[in-house]
Amino acid sequence: MGESTGRPLCGRNCGLAGRAALLVAAVAAPLALTLPASGQPQPPDAPAATTPTGAVQKIAIVLARELRDRPPPLSLLDFPPQDDGVAGARLAINDNNTTGRFLKQEFTLDVLESATVAELIAEVVKRVDAGAGFVVADMSPAALLQLADTLKGRDALILNAGSGDDRLREADCRANVLHTAPSRAMLADGLAQYLVWKQWRRWLLVRGTGRDDEAFAEALRRAAKRFGGKIVEERTFQVEAGSRRSDGGHEQIQLQIPAFTQNAPAYDVLLVADEGEQFGEYFPYRTWDARPVAGTQGLAPMSWHAALEQWGATQFQNRFKRLANRPMRPLDYDVWVAVRSVGEAATRTRSAETKALIPYMLSADFDLAAFKGRKLSYRSWDGQLRQPILVGTAKLPVTVSPQPGFLHQFSELDTLGVDKPESGCKAHARQDGRP
Amino acid sequence: MDPVPTEAMVGKRKGGVAIGLALLAWLLGAPATAYTVYVTNEKDNTVTVLDSEKLEVVKTVKVGQRPRGVILSKDGKWLLICASDDNNVQVLDARTMEYVKTLPSGPDPELFILHPSGNPLYIANEDDNLVTVVDIQTSRVLAEIPVGVEPEGLGLSPDGKVLVNTSETTNMAHFIDTATNATIDNVLVDSRPRVAEFKADGSQVWVSSEIGGTVTVIDANTRKIVGKVEFQIPGVNQDAIQAVGVRLTKDGKRAFVALGPANRVAVVDTATLKVEKYLLVGQRVWQLAFTPDEKLLFTTNGASNDVSVIDVERLRVVRSIKVGRYPWGVAVAPF
Repeated sequence: MGESTGRPLCGRNCGLAGRAALLVAAVAAPLALTLPASGQPQPPDAPAATTPTGAVQKIAIVLARELRDRPPPLSLLDFPPQDDGVAGARLAINDNNTTGRFLKQEFTLDVLESATVAELIAEVVKRVDAGAGFVVADMSPAALLQLADTLKGRDALILNAGSGDDRLREADCRANVLHTAPSRAMLADGLAQYLVWKQWRRWLLVRGTGRDDEAFAEALRRAAKRFGGKIVEERTFQVEAGSRRSDGGHEQIQLQIPAFTQNAPAYDVLLVADEGEQFGEYFPYRTWDARPVAGTQGLAPMSWHAALEQWGATQFQNRFKRLANRPMRPLDYDVWVAVRSVGEAATRTRSAETKALIPYMLSADFDLAAFKGRKLSYRSWDGQLRQPILVGTAKLPVTVSPQPGFLHQFSELDTLGVDKPESGCKAHARQDGRP
Repeated sequence: MDPVPTEAMVGKRKGGVAIGLALLAWLLGAPATAYTVYVTNEKDNTVTVLDSEKLEVVKTVKVGQRPRGVILSKDGKWLLICASDDNNVQVLDARTMEYVKTLPSGPDPELFILHPSGNPLYIANEDDNLVTVVDIQTSRVLAEIPVGVEPEGLGLSPDGKVLVNTSETTNMAHFIDTATNATIDNVLVDSRPRVAEFKADGSQVWVSSEIGGTVTVIDANTRKIVGKVEFQIPGVNQDAIQAVGVRLTKDGKRAFVALGPANRVAVVDTATLKVEKYLLVGQRVWQLAFTPDEKLLFTTNGASNDVSVIDVERLRVVRSIKVGRYPWGVAVAPF
């Protein structure tokens, strides 16, 4: 296997996950020295005129990655790069430091990676006890909760960039966790608004058997109810375990999928709920009826698209590509937003103290410019980042939700996901001046 | 295959035009002076040329790729256009719209400004964190000034001594000494600053923030923030209010601010920093330009492919004119 690369083809970081070794990459001050190589010119050396007198304020940020075994995706194009998310953090640290140099603030990044949750959390705690006030997490929901409960009472904030799980924003929400990754509910709502805007209201839902697949299916059911879609039927797709590759395959798939989608009630769009990327990509162009496919595959909702060029995103995409030698992925963006949020709060409060930064991030004064045409901010009731959802195919964004006509008393962005009156989260202060 | 016009026909036609003009002048409540208006159409790679008296399209000219910023040379002879995707500045004859030459610009030029003396040209390179300084006569790059992340707007003091550059991701207005090209000061403003505009007397710089949705007013001498203009429009959510283009009248009494997807131009009293009126224009209003007599203000409306014409004295939108796709920049010639 992997003849041409000399490296086994496997899921996210499988080569590392086996060893429970903790990989620690300190991307702190040395990164600043390598800035010219990443295309960041040095700013003018005249910050002294504006900055307050005194020492440089240091803000330490930790990126904690739980290395998880995942079955390989169907497409060779969809294997995540080793530095998925990490590259987003590095770009954000560069961006923070460009502003920081004018204000005598210095941001550092520690990347911690482990397949063993206990070990990862222990390393995070060490950093927090040494003064790191912000932990950007790319972890499973269970590990994230464990981390949040371990850090409870400590002077630190967790920014969840890796999980869209709605329970983390609802029953299992924590006061010391904000979420930059969009929740499944936000993603499903973003897609559903567009389908309803298109008047494609009848949906045939095909879901996988995994727990995540069911969670996304549930988000789609909720979205259907909210926006006037109708799920005409649900079908469960059983993935047969076995080799994903063989000398052949399409002959049987192009018979299997039509048969699977035969005799469905009249529908406009086939929705797939396949977070594990095990079958969804088989559906476009193979359904019994000629119908578009949307959901986790086909026309999909996402926080970021590598081909977005509106709102100044072209320059952002170019900066990322110069740094990472690859296009920016949604996880990179979610991590970038997390690290930039810390930078923005430090810039505005002129402080490095978590006691000043955290309340500011949750306040109505906070806003982040993040190349989506709207200011981003955090919802007071569950700590979720308020943001537009891009809806697109593999090559191009098709639209951006909220869609025209979906109105809201305070912010149209709050038509996506769980709104204040619906929220079941009790841990957050919910103080935002709204009833 | 038009017939050759006879003297009588020509006379008749002129008469018709004259009556039309008189009517228009009466409608606008202002003596009409004809100026030439240039609008860059970002998506079409064209410039639309308008007549400010007839308020109609004279012609549409193909230019470089992704034209955005547009200005005239001091003598009015040249039209300069940032061709962002060609990574250069194109110079056209402003009267004939014929190609004159290409200036180097550094990568991805977006907005630029001419020194009050007429030379050099300061260009913001959005993709390279630089301001490039170019001699427009010799077409040479004189200097490259490193600035913050994603430089955007440029403003020059009336004496040409201080350049103000906004950088979108750094959220700062950088004050640069044009004699030494060194940064004098960096002023933090609201999110995603776009346009920097000096008052005609040089006392203040007005900086718009697209995502912040405000305009920060900075004292040009002390470089301290002296005030902030905030906008509230009934029925429009706050996050749809995004300040972009800013123009101040020569007497310094009024400012006009384009509010992007709020589809309004705000009229601001510069003494109180309060909004006097919101004028409904086309969709995603971006840049603004006065006629030299300041009787009319032209706005580019990116999402509705048109230009709105504002009667400055009566504060009314008097016309919208269809141009190319995604109109971006606008400039008005003194002829």
